[in-house]
Amino acid sequence: MQNYYQKEIETASPEQIRAWQDERLVKTVHHVWDNVEFYRKRMEEAGVTPNDIQGVKDLHKLPFITKDDLRECYPYGLLATDLNNCVRIHSTSGTTGKRVVAFYTQNDIDLWDDCCARAIVAAGGTEEDVVQVCYGYGLFTGGAGLDGGSHKMGALTLPMSSGNTDRQLMFMTDLGATILCCTPSYASYLAECVVERGLKDQIKLKSGIFGAEAWTEEMRHDIEDKLGIKAFDIYGLTEISGPGVAFECSEQTGMHINEDHFIAEIINPVTGEVLPDGEKGELVFTSITKEAFPLLRYRTRDIAVLTRKKCSCGRTHVKMSKPMGRSDDMLIVKGVNVFPSQIEMVLLNNGLTSNYQIIVDRKGHTDSIEIRVEMSPDFFTDKLSELTAKEKDIVSDLKSVLGIYAVVRIVEPKSIERSEGKAIRVIDRRNLYQN
Amino acid sequence: MTIKQVSVFAENRSGGILDVIQALGSAQVDIRALSVADTQGFGILRLIVDNVDRAKAVLTENGTIFSITDVVGVKVPDCPGGLAQVLTLMADHEINVEYLYAFVSVSGSSAYVVLRVQDNDEAIRILTEGGIELVTEDEIQAL
Ligand SMILES: [Zn+2]
Repeated sequence: MQNYYQKEIETASPEQIRAWQDERLVKTVHHVWDNVEFYRKRMEEAGVTPNDIQGVKDLHKLPFITKDDLRECYPYGLLATDLNNCVRIHSTSGTTGKRVVAFYTQNDIDLWDDCCARAIVAAGGTEEDVVQVCYGYGLFTGGAGLDGGSHKMGALTLPMSSGNTDRQLMFMTDLGATILCCTPSYASYLAECVVERGLKDQIKLKSGIFGAEAWTEEMRHDIEDKLGIKAFDIYGLTEISGPGVAFECSEQTGMHINEDHFIAEIINPVTGEVLPDGEKGELVFTSITKEAFPLLRYRTRDIAVLTRKKCSCGRTHVKMSKPMGRSDDMLIVKGVNVFPSQIEMVLLNNGLTSNYQIIVDRKGHTDSIEIRVEMSPDFFTDKLSELTAKEKDIVSDLKSVLGIYAVVRIVEPKSIERSEGKAIRVIDRRNLYQN
Repeated sequence: MTIKQVSVFAENRSGGILDVIQALGSAQVDIRALSVADTQGFGILRLIVDNVDRAKAVLTENGTIFSITDVVGVKVPDCPGGLAQVLTLMADHEINVEYLYAFVSVSGSSAYVVLRVQDNDEAIRILTEGGIELVTEDEIQAL
């Protein structure tokens, strides 16, 4: 049986969803025009006034906003309400340059909590559950988001924050946690510990909500097997609220975007052109219910696909795929968009490591792509026939994922050039930009 | 009664195999037998050494990718058709030999051969019943 946190919203008709979006978009555009000088200027430069935006059909007229814009506006440049109305900030973990600070009113937090509550209920959560939140608490949105969602839907919340594995396992067993919320890599680690320490019989976990980083289907199956749970994906960005922008349902074939709060678009990252559903491109979000920090057409740089097929869970909101890569990493080889992350996924799924390098070259007018990947102990065997068969599998997996043929070359460990400890990902010898 | 083989990954470039051999040599690991299987891109170096533990330590320190595989070492009767006798036994019992290579022995009159099969126990049983003598780990160290 399906449970929903807000059934009438989550299963609303497409017409109803569109009506909410039309009304809320118009309101948000007026709100930022009236309160944020940055938006007013940008819209004026684009020759758009709030009256030009009558609904979602006019969304494409609005200019995009990027992460660089957010950094430039640090700290108050995009604040759309009086600071006195704000009750909290969160911030991105930027490794370079200025951070991005997002502001929240109490209403913003309430709506964000609703989104996370929907995710927990979609993962099978009820009031009877014990939700162990081991995302970091603090400036990061992970802990606060799932914590808020868990409170909203009335489960018992264990606000563990990240780290201290012994304590995590102690509470997991002693307090009978049933839903685990953390990053997929930490979930993998915990799963391994549970197996190693023989705790599987003592845990009561039934599902997990794992997000904030990329993970593969292989990882999902591994975590599900080791912990005996269903593992669900969740998506979000601090810039547009935090986790819960989209979440997976029982079908586990993509994440429903909370369209009553966010309008999603897919664009061509090079031209900015809006692409139809089903096409791969950069994900762009417009938040339409935010008071403190609304963003119009925010370019996430995540590459994904939107699909509107009917979902068996009964939810009607559009689904997004797992992000397949970053738009800034995109390569165009033989006219096909290639993302290093797609290649990485294939290598990881085949037992190799992420120590790889993509070499793109052009002979005459033909592009070629070669993937050099370091041999790993898991992949190695003393049988030549097995190794060549495994190598062929990678070539055919790459062909089906990328749509083009790539040469694979397995090299010795540590033989790929590194920069600050990380393998240099892409070498493009085509000199495409040489005047 | 199997023996341990060290299987090493090496890129097909000049000096690829040399690096490994040199590392083992400078750690006083003696190579008793060696075979190379390669493709255009890479090779697998298979070694029988006198001291597997030391070889493991050296290769680990060297950052080399390797594995230790149990293989069957047999003493091939030193007469015409000696090896054929061993292979016939395998074929008759439908044991697939993945690869094999010979072994140099300085003393004695036997030739040694390493066999890589899927099921070592089964192969050993058949060989022993067929009157073929096996090589032990001790004998290799003493060679
Ligand atoms: Zn669904």
